[in-house]
Amino acid sequence: MIHIGISPARRAFLRDALAMAPAAVAGSTLARAVCAATAHPFKPTYFHPAEWITLNALVDRLIPADEQGPGAIQAGVAEFIDLQMNLPYGYGALWYMHAPFVKGASPLMGYQLEFSPRTMYRSALAGVARAVQTQHHKAFSELEDASKDSLITDLEDGKLNIGDVPPADFFAQLLQNTYEGYFCDPKHGGNKNMDAWRMINFPGARGDYMDWVEQYGKRYPLPPVSIG
Amino acid sequence: MADIKMKPVDAVIVGFGWTGAIMAKELTEAGLHVVALERGAYRDTYPDGAYPKTLDELTYLQRWKLFQDMSKTSVTFRHAGSDSALPYRQIGAFKPGEGVGGAGLHWAGQHWRVHPEELKLKSHYQEKYGRKFIPNGMTLQDFGVTYEELEPHFDFVEKMMGTSGQAYWVKGQVVAGGVGNPFEADRSDNYSLPRQKTPYPAHLFEVAARECGLHPFQEPSANVSQPYTNQYGCQMGPCNFCGFCSGFACYNYSKASPNVNILPALKQVENFELRSNCNVLRIDLDSTKKKATGVTYVDAKGNTVEQPAALVIASTFAYNNARLFLLSGIGKPYDPTTGKGAVGKNLAYQTMSSVRMFYGPGKNLNGFIGAAGNGVALDDFNADNFDHAPLGFVGGGPVWCNPTGIKPISGIPVPTGTPKWGKNWKTAVKDNYTNTTSFEVHGSNMVYADNYLDLDPTYTDSFGQPLLRFTFDLKDNDIRMSRYITEQMQKVAKAMNPKSIQTSVMQIGDHFDLRPYQTTHWAGGVAMGLDRSTSVLNRYLQSWDVHNVFAVGSGVFPVGIGYNPTGLATALAYWSAKAIREQYLKDPRPLIDA
Repeated sequence: MIHIGISPARRAFLRDALAMAPAAVAGSTLARAVCAATAHPFKPTYFHPAEWITLNALVDRLIPADEQGPGAIQAGVAEFIDLQMNLPYGYGALWYMHAPFVKGASPLMGYQLEFSPRTMYRSALAGVARAVQTQHHKAFSELEDASKDSLITDLEDGKLNIGDVPPADFFAQLLQNTYEGYFCDPKHGGNKNMDAWRMINFPGARGDYMDWVEQYGKRYPLPPVSIG
Repeated sequence: MADIKMKPVDAVIVGFGWTGAIMAKELTEAGLHVVALERGAYRDTYPDGAYPKTLDELTYLQRWKLFQDMSKTSVTFRHAGSDSALPYRQIGAFKPGEGVGGAGLHWAGQHWRVHPEELKLKSHYQEKYGRKFIPNGMTLQDFGVTYEELEPHFDFVEKMMGTSGQAYWVKGQVVAGGVGNPFEADRSDNYSLPRQKTPYPAHLFEVAARECGLHPFQEPSANVSQPYTNQYGCQMGPCNFCGFCSGFACYNYSKASPNVNILPALKQVENFELRSNCNVLRIDLDSTKKKATGVTYVDAKGNTVEQPAALVIASTFAYNNARLFLLSGIGKPYDPTTGKGAVGKNLAYQTMSSVRMFYGPGKNLNGFIGAAGNGVALDDFNADNFDHAPLGFVGGGPVWCNPTGIKPISGIPVPTGTPKWGKNWKTAVKDNYTNTTSFEVHGSNMVYADNYLDLDPTYTDSFGQPLLRFTFDLKDNDIRMSRYITEQMQKVAKAMNPKSIQTSVMQIGDHFDLRPYQTTHWAGGVAMGLDRSTSVLNRYLQSWDVHNVFAVGSGVFPVGIGYNPTGLATALAYWSAKAIREQYLKDPRPLIDA
């Protein structure tokens, strides 16, 4: 089942986008889609409105919606990331964060930054907005898809100056959280309706393949199971 | 000064993973009053492995629910003695355990013995290939115990874990038509249970490997094939290939763990007490520094507690015994400039490579089906099962296709050249998720004069004690070994007839990368051996310097081995326990005069 409609997250993003920058969005596909918006949109609790618009627009390009399966927005990726920011993970409380932090360490040594996910997103999303404004005199969300993708590629390659956070480190954090929100159990707020699992035929928490181990080459027929 | 002083006990055990649980069982059987101290939380199948909440990839794999609490402690790394070490801030290359059961609760369940020559690696290579074959700087040593001495303990551990497999030999006779591993050493008995089922990818690997003239066999697996009750009366249920093994507690009692296979029996005896959330700071010594008086730990409330004990067993995770010995002043710290001292020496990891096959839509390999300890392996390139003379490297490794249950966040493999995001990534994920598999070369890693452990001068844990510092890098010998086997295995990959093959192997000159998961199999730091100048423990795992301290776990290995370490570490724990029960308790003194 392919969901053509939009999730509450996308609706919230679009409504906020309209509220904050109506001129820029008017006439776009986003504005048309907003007509479908209904009540009870997701309200981010960590991200500020401007950050929320940028975050949604970023993950929308990392995993775009198409005929194959849900996009990141439909899957609830941005909602998932917002929820994660309020957990110990968001505060960096799962990591060894004792000082001193050494700058310029070899990437082979793993994560050596002082940023928690919360502080990294706060700094980097503002940095992305600044960089895009300087280059294009627009917000990231207002750009054409090709321009968005080009900026994301610069981020990935470490070429987009976004301030204090090394761009490739922010990209890695964002991509990891995007994968997580796309493919996690729906109980965490992402992977809405398990559609990402359906797309790849992952049965989730089915939890018993005793009779399937030696049935070679057959497509597994049962739908996925959530623990939620 | 301690806030609290406890009543003396006969034995205190530091760390309650596989080897701590084994020592607790053995010493309580001997009538000792035993207290086990575990730094992490209490854990058991319920609630920590309860269905359905345990089948949650995000919580257990990406948020490290059962792994070490990194916010409190970690280790530091540097590639060479001239570098400054940096802390391992996020779990990447390896996944240390914490909590009752230790890494034995979230391991995969691959249960191997050892190849006999690996227990005497130095003398074996010298005798067979000549003294000059071992390169300068490679500090090989013998364990000081033989396969024949350990065989009864390997057999006992297989019966304890319900290990499922098919022997090749039993008492010198080929059994079951020789479908087992023809390279394995002789055994006194078959495995406890019949071999496991074979998932489709492992079947393809088996057929292709045989076509190529190699000798594939079903891996011995501690994910059991049938219902089972072990010597201790602990019960297991048959594995149903749910695909949530490594990193998880098994909800089905199918994967052997200290929590399933030993703890239920220990709970029944009055002379055993398990205290969780108790972090041992040091082993306390008397004024002679030749005898331990017990341990000092911090309890869950933050009290500093002194626990006097007549016997101390150090059974912390792999390398942490080296840290405990260094913090306690037991043994002589290794000095890489003089080569003298042994605590922290003989550090070994493993050298991994993988070969992945992509088939495209319609193959339905269904990689979500799996049991992490099960699959098809071959030993043609492990240990000294092949002639090293023309190759010029020491070591080897088993190769296996063991479908462990591919879960989507951990990374859906995609063919080389696929972007990491966008529409093309999505298409590749959709097309490949159920249509790809891989096999791994699980290579040994040798020991070197300049790979070692000591205490970090800068970084500390939440108790203010220095972190353990790794000075460690990969060496040409091991990379050449890995590259040779991986190259030999290309023909098997081709015979599996995929659309494309993706090989991940180290290049000469590559440095150790702490980011991608490789393996948790560290060894060394408190090596056992026959010579007190090059080992920390004697052949019974007794400290040369403080006779009422014994250490168990893979930290006692003086060299790296090809197989996963749990089978050898657990057999050695029983070997040590036998010496304590039969010799030491009657006459507490050094079991070997030195």
